[in-house]
Amino acid sequence: MADYTPKEMMTISAARALKNDDICFVGIGQPSAACNLARLTHAPCITLIYESGTLVTKPNVLPLSIGDGELCEMALTTVSVPEMFRHWLQGGRIKIGFLGGAQIDKYANLNTTVVGPYDRPKVRLPGGGGAPEIATSCGEIFIIMTQSKRSFVEKLDFVTSIGHVFGGDSRAKLGVKTKGPTKLITDLALWEPNPETKEMTVVSIHPGVTREQIQESTGWKVAFADKVAETPVPTARELEVLRDLQARTKRAHSEAA
Amino acid sequence: MARISSLAEAIRSAVHDGDTVALEGFTHLIPHAAGHEIIRQGRKWLTVIRMTPDLIYDQLIGMGCVAKMVFSWGGNPGVGSLHRFRDALENGWPNNLEIEEHSHAAMANAYEAGAAGLPCAIFRGYIGGDLPKVNSKIKRITCPFTGEELAAIPAHRPDVAIIHAQRADKTGNVMIEGVLGVQKEAVLASRRSVVTVEEIVDELPGGRSLNAVVLPHWTVGHVVEVPGGAFPSYAQGYYPRNNNFYKQWDDISRERASFLAWMKTNVLEKGPEAFDRYARRQHAAAE
Repeated sequence: MADYTPKEMMTISAARALKNDDICFVGIGQPSAACNLARLTHAPCITLIYESGTLVTKPNVLPLSIGDGELCEMALTTVSVPEMFRHWLQGGRIKIGFLGGAQIDKYANLNTTVVGPYDRPKVRLPGGGGAPEIATSCGEIFIIMTQSKRSFVEKLDFVTSIGHVFGGDSRAKLGVKTKGPTKLITDLALWEPNPETKEMTVVSIHPGVTREQIQESTGWKVAFADKVAETPVPTARELEVLRDLQARTKRAHSEAA
Repeated sequence: MARISSLAEAIRSAVHDGDTVALEGFTHLIPHAAGHEIIRQGRKWLTVIRMTPDLIYDQLIGMGCVAKMVFSWGGNPGVGSLHRFRDALENGWPNNLEIEEHSHAAMANAYEAGAAGLPCAIFRGYIGGDLPKVNSKIKRITCPFTGEELAAIPAHRPDVAIIHAQRADKTGNVMIEGVLGVQKEAVLASRRSVVTVEEIVDELPGGRSLNAVVLPHWTVGHVVEVPGGAFPSYAQGYYPRNNNFYKQWDDISRERASFLAWMKTNVLEKGPEAFDRYARRQHAAAE
């Protein structure tokens, strides 16, 4: 068995959640790593779309920013940002939105706006960007986040984008017709919403991780599914492709113009 | 009607104290040189609009040019926080900063509504989250045909839009290729505009793409040739994004003293020609 880090396990587990025929709106950072790993392994025909307007893009290195030239050069076509949000996202043409966040709660609502009160922020975060409408316009949402008590919280300081709101049918009651978060992939486990309560529930635990570890890095009482699987370990090929991608990316981002 | 100007003249004539200004660019073609000229000319009390305020807005805020920022994502992409933005918001340095915060979809729709001469933008959004609680300009509107509840916000109508493009011709027709962002909409939504370009050419090439975005000359105010003027952002076909500088900015901007020292050496004591050394053609295939 190959050695790997919890972060590699998270990225690989997230990549496995994607299929060859998926049409995916990709956030920068961890979501982008997972989506491109999927494309470079089991899902070569996956459609990746970045909010800078690049449709069906196949970057050789991971972008540092959402509108890097690499994304445009490797895209089938590039549309303007208003067209991106109106015709493609709002128009319902995207199946999966892949998001990260600074804080998440048990119903997978996300905060990327502020820690502390909005008017007197303890930490001002970048803000919502595309997330508020990605969260409601994409067919379903995958979320990738590293677990800690600071980020997995009982109550969000600010709801930037909704998940399952207060659970149950509260999302549908707002008039939202899309599914919302169907997968939460962390460095410790894979979570899915309970079909009734919509509370995010651990369905698969990564190898070597204990239930206690998951509870210790979560700010609410964790629900475990009746049958919890063990996530298969990364294959040698998954690790090789991911590490190559990250090494290429690091080299590219360190070059001075 | 487009006028070929110097950068100092264009900014002096188009940007006034207290104006609402949109320096747009979505990772690509961010008008850094024009932003530096605003700082050199010491503009004050500006309301600045931008979907993705990054380094140039951090600099404008840190140098005390900005009273209010309207935005949807304010960070150093892939790197972290904008330290000058945070210092203004969290500590009121160098002055208090008012913010009006939106989502990307809202901002893009508001520019498009402004370009279309409409009073407001209507879209399906802002459902369930907290932004409407902190931004009183986010309202709901009912579709008169279906009864669906939609979001509405006022159209963006800036006093002046400032963008960077690859090329203009001598009449002032402007061409943009690659990631387009909201620049065309921002210029059409604004009363005045300044467009800096990598080069002014005799004739814009039509062969490569008949539909490369062109702002016709009568929709553009000032056109200024500033080679390298988007650096450390990029100009597709000319020079790549300098990701390394974006990473370095994290250290430069973290403390007030190091920020001010950098601004003095690299902005206040320099002119637009300082951008020359970043200008280059990536490949000569376009002509």
